[in-house]
Amino acid sequence: MTTFVEPPGPPPLAEGGRRPRHILLQRARRSPTLIIGAAISLTLVLVAVLAPLISPYSPDHQDLYNILSGFSSKHLFGTDELGRDELSRLIWATRTDLRVGFLAVIFPFCFGSVVGTLAGYRGGWLDTVVMRAVDVLIAFPFYVLVIALIFVVGTGTTGIYVAFAVVDWVVYARAVRSTTLVVRESDYVAAARTGGLPDSRILLRHVLPNTITQAVVYLTNDVVLVIVAVVTLGYLGLGVQPPTPDWGTMISDGQEFLTTYWALSTLPGIAVLVTGLGLSLLGDGLADVLRPQ
Amino acid sequence: MSSALLQVRDLTVSVGRGERRYVAVRDVGFEVPAGGSLGVVGESGSGKSLTLRALMALLPRGVRAERGVVELAGEALPFTGPGARRARRGRLAMVFQDPLSGLDPVYTVGTQVAEVPRRVLGASAAASRRRAVELLRMVGMPDPEQRAHAFPHQLSGGMRQRVLIAMALASEPKVLLCDEPTTALDVTVQAQVLELLDDLRRRLGVAVVFVSHDLAVVRQVADELAVMYTGRVVETGPATEVLGHPAHPYTLGLLEAVVDLDDTAHAPQAIPGALPDLAHVPSGCPFHPRCRFASDDCALSDPGFRYLGDGDADRGTACKYPERVMAG
Repeated sequence: MTTFVEPPGPPPLAEGGRRPRHILLQRARRSPTLIIGAAISLTLVLVAVLAPLISPYSPDHQDLYNILSGFSSKHLFGTDELGRDELSRLIWATRTDLRVGFLAVIFPFCFGSVVGTLAGYRGGWLDTVVMRAVDVLIAFPFYVLVIALIFVVGTGTTGIYVAFAVVDWVVYARAVRSTTLVVRESDYVAAARTGGLPDSRILLRHVLPNTITQAVVYLTNDVVLVIVAVVTLGYLGLGVQPPTPDWGTMISDGQEFLTTYWALSTLPGIAVLVTGLGLSLLGDGLADVLRPQ
Repeated sequence: MSSALLQVRDLTVSVGRGERRYVAVRDVGFEVPAGGSLGVVGESGSGKSLTLRALMALLPRGVRAERGVVELAGEALPFTGPGARRARRGRLAMVFQDPLSGLDPVYTVGTQVAEVPRRVLGASAAASRRRAVELLRMVGMPDPEQRAHAFPHQLSGGMRQRVLIAMALASEPKVLLCDEPTTALDVTVQAQVLELLDDLRRRLGVAVVFVSHDLAVVRQVADELAVMYTGRVVETGPATEVLGHPAHPYTLGLLEAVVDLDDTAHAPQAIPGALPDLAHVPSGCPFHPRCRFASDDCALSDPGFRYLGDGDADRGTACKYPERVMAG
C-alpha cells in the first residue's frame, strides 16, 4: 500500500499571527517588571481617586486636643502638630502630587514629541533653531531654571506647570528627534515615499508610531522625576501651598519633630519612594513590551 | 533606440559640497525597453545604488543629481521638488535591499501592501485589502489571506522580500528598480526570488533594472548589462556577450574573481589593488593602476566610452584596448 505524505504546509506563524493588541498583552503577561510596576501605580491612582472615600478624616480637620499623638487606633499613623490625621493627609497628598505630576508632563510630552519629529524629519533651519533652543535649556541646571521660573510666575501649582512646560519638553524633543533621524532614512519610509504617500501621512503613520514609544517610555520616568521635583519644591516652600496636603510640605513640616515623632517626615518620604519605584518599574516594563521587534 | 521605455543620459551625481565634494556617479547612461531587463553590476562604492536612488528621486541629503536626463516613455523626470515624486508615481517603483528595514515594524504586511491602493489609488478599504491579498498571492506568498495578518518580524527573509516586491507592484509600475534584492537572502531563496522577478516581468510586462554585485545573480535575470566602476559605466552590452567576451579589463577581472565549482583548473583571481577612494580617482582611465593590459597612455587621458559596433550597437566599453582584453 502506498501512503501519501501530505506536503508540509507553511510553518505556523510565530505568536500565531494575531492582531497587535494580543501580542502586546502576551508580552506584557511575561514581564514581571511591568506587572509589579503596574500594580503599584494602579494602587496609587486608586488611592488618589478614592481619597474622599477611604481617608478616615478630612485632611484639614484639626484635633487640637490631640496633637502629635503617635500611632493609635483612633489615628493609625498619628497626628501632626496641628492634630491633623497623618494617614488622611498622606492619602490626600497622593491625590495632589500625582495630579500635579501628571498634568505637568502632558504639555512637555506633546510639544516635545511634535517638535522633535518635525525637526528630525524636515531638518534645515527648523532643526537648527529647535536644537539650539534645546542646547540652551539643557545648559542650565534643571532645578536652577525651574526655581527661577517659579519665582517669576509665582509659587504654587501654576508656577510648577509653567516652569515644566518651558524646561521639560527639550528631553522629549531630543529623544524623538534622534529616533526620527534613524527612521527617516529607513527603507520603509523611502518605500512609502516612492509609493506616492503624502508627507503628512508618512509622518503620522510611519514615523511617529516608530518614534513615539521612545517618548512614552521616557514619559513614565519623567513623571517620577517631576513628582520628585514637585515634592522637592513643596519642601522648599515653592510648590503646592498649605493647607493643601503634599508630601514635600509634610516632610518639611515634620522635620522639627524628627527625633520624637519620626513618622511625620518618614511616611511621606516612603510614599515618594514607593511612587517612584512603581512608576519606574512600569516604565521599564513598558519599554520591554513596546520595543518594536 | 527610440523604443526605450526608460532612458538615462549623462547622469552625474555628486556628494557633499565645496572642498569635500566629489562625483560619485559620472555621465552614466543606459536604456531599458518595455518589459526588458537591465543588470547593473559593480563593487560596493561603484555608484550603482546611488544611480538607482537618483532615478527614484530618493537621494540622501547632501547628494545631488547635477546633470543628466532620466526619461520615461519620452518624458523627462525631475530629480527634486514635489513634482519629482508625482512624476514617478505609478510608473517607477523600487524594491529595497534589506527586506527587514524596508518594512515598517508596527503594521501587518497586509496593511502595508494595501496602503498604496487605499491612500494613493483611492480604493475602498475592502477592495484594497483584497488587492493586497491578490498581490501577495501574485508574488508567491503561501497562504496569503492568513499571512496578510502577520507582522514583518514573523516572516522569513524570503517572504519579507516577496512582501517588498508586492508593495512595489501595488502602484502598478512600468519599471521595477531592484537594489540588490537578493543580497540578504540564502542562495536557495535567492533563486526563488530571481525566478519570481523573471516571471513577473513576463506576466506583467514590467521592465526591471537590477542592481547587484553578484555576477551569478545578474546572469539569471538580465538581458542587458551595464558594468560600473568608480561611478562610471565601463562596459555595456547583451548579458551573454559581456559575460562571454568581456571588452573591459574590469569585467574580465570580476569574472576571474568568481569561484567556479566546475572549473578546478583555474583558481579564482582577485583583482589587484583596491577600489580607489571616489574623492581621489586616478587620472586617465580610473582602472589603469589595477589593469594588467594598461599602457602608459592609459594614465594620461580618459579613454571615454565608445561603441564597438561589431554588429551590436549596444556593445560599448570604456577601454582603449578592448582587443587586448578580448584576446585575454
